[in-house]
Amino acid sequence: MSRALIVHQAGPGVTVQDLGRPGYLAYGLSRGGAADRLALYEGAALLGQAVDSAALEMAGMGGTFEATEDIRIALTGAPMRASIDGAALAWNASHPLHAGARLTIGPATAGVYGYLHVGGGIATPEILGARSAHLAAGIGAALAAGDTLPVGPDRGRETGLVLDADDRFSGGEVRVVAGYQTGMFPDEEVARFEETRFTRDARGNRMGVRLAPDGDGFASRAGLTVLSEAIVPGDIQVTGDGAPFVLMSECQTTGGYPRIGAVLPCDLPRVAQAAPGTALRLRFVPSDEALAAERRAAEARDGLRRRLTHLTRDPHDIRDLLSYQLISGVIAGNEEE
Amino acid sequence: MTDTDRSAGNVTFPRIGSVGLDGLLVSFGDRLSEAGNRAALAFRAAVERESPEGVAETSTSLVSTFLRLDALHADPDAVAREMQALLDSRDWYSADLPQGRRLWRIPTIYGTDLAPQLEEAAEEAGLSPETAAREIAGTRVRVQTIGFAPGQPYLGELPEHWNIPRQQALTERVPVGALVLAIRQLVLFSVSTPTGWRHIGQTGFRLFRPEAEEPFVLRPGDEVIFDSVEREAYNRLCDAGPDGGATCEAIR
Repeated sequence: MSRALIVHQAGPGVTVQDLGRPGYLAYGLSRGGAADRLALYEGAALLGQAVDSAALEMAGMGGTFEATEDIRIALTGAPMRASIDGAALAWNASHPLHAGARLTIGPATAGVYGYLHVGGGIATPEILGARSAHLAAGIGAALAAGDTLPVGPDRGRETGLVLDADDRFSGGEVRVVAGYQTGMFPDEEVARFEETRFTRDARGNRMGVRLAPDGDGFASRAGLTVLSEAIVPGDIQVTGDGAPFVLMSECQTTGGYPRIGAVLPCDLPRVAQAAPGTALRLRFVPSDEALAAERRAAEARDGLRRRLTHLTRDPHDIRDLLSYQLISGVIAGNEEE
Repeated sequence: MTDTDRSAGNVTFPRIGSVGLDGLLVSFGDRLSEAGNRAALAFRAAVERESPEGVAETSTSLVSTFLRLDALHADPDAVAREMQALLDSRDWYSADLPQGRRLWRIPTIYGTDLAPQLEEAAEEAGLSPETAAREIAGTRVRVQTIGFAPGQPYLGELPEHWNIPRQQALTERVPVGALVLAIRQLVLFSVSTPTGWRHIGQTGFRLFRPEAEEPFVLRPGDEVIFDSVEREAYNRLCDAGPDGGATCEAIR
């Protein structure tokens, strides 16, 4: 059998994701791609490969997987209980997965979206230039038991690396910029919005996440007859019931509800990874501060390789000690494309 | 102020606003207008021709042109100044419609269990369901923009009595091919999705065909007549393929 990952069992929200397909806004197709884009950068750093490699995104629950050949894997995003043939695996780390071994990934212990990356990337056919499932658009499908996913050729060899990943799995403060519709909300409403503690509602998915305010909902002057306009991931629409709805990667491209502002792209993973019931606060920042934050986040993504360390293992926990490469090669730093 | 400015309340159009960290919206009005729609389409075409530095992609909504910038490398103020100069270069409201427009006739079931909100929408418009269905089937509407979902058209404009608001609460899900109505516009759904618009008709037309050579079927400027058909004919047409019995001819 050719190089592939077999799905023996999968949670209800396991899909192939990459950075999405930009360029189709004029046709009504949003970019889509991983709900937590930072996790893709982390996976690419751990495996020393290009960030556009496709991975499996697992919403809340993973699955059971097997490789047809020895491959490398990395686990990022929301931490989940993971093991290979019963031996527990570190999260935010890279590991070997030998042919025939069973990789089991259980429920998330924090956050929402966990990611399973493979050396060489998931190599399913591209549709409109990307491999991402975009379920809202009818592209691709959630994975199910019996699926076999081709895996691309892997130029890297190293495993046993771990990343000190940003904690973005427990809510907290999220930065927002004003947009051209912010003025539709009276100043008092915007001020109250900033002071409000929101709870991530159970209603939420890859298209958007509803935030329940701990007080009254929010009202704009515009009512419900605003013209449908271009919207982007991060935009905060205030729907008819007054609760804000943050648009996520698989959002629609136009929307008719007024937007009070937009979450910064670099803070969007924090919203995506807030599990139902998690508390969030939204704070407006000026656009120059927002841009500076975005630039810092981009630099941090580019520097992830420098934050890798080697996993330390207790030899007693390693059943097949001899199969491990005990002295890892140094990181050459040129593995990324 | 130029002679192309349009005033609505205390806001002057065209105007340039920001959307999120990396979006610019060039708006030609705050309500749907034929001239504003033509302006948005023509302005986008001009931006595409000029391909200014820092602009990653463009699209149109009903009466606006949207520019997504390369957030980390673009200077939004510089792009906005360039857009202002382009706005000032001509009267965009007198621009022509795009070339190569087509007339589509799409067989449609009005009301019944397939489109359960015809009566509700008709009542909002002060019409009987029969009159409402006849009126909409007899109206030739134009694709003003493609958006929300892949290949999905916003069509208009319907007479003033169809200026009915969206629902307070969302309908949990309408099927692919649903014809929905609000604020003097029709939308034909390309995906199954929640919506605040009222579901008045159902078609078998597939607007988005990801694996096809032409994945997105309708284009801004195309015109559509939603012909009323009986259930039996509808079922037959749906079985016939992704066009659901729709036909298409060039507009000359």
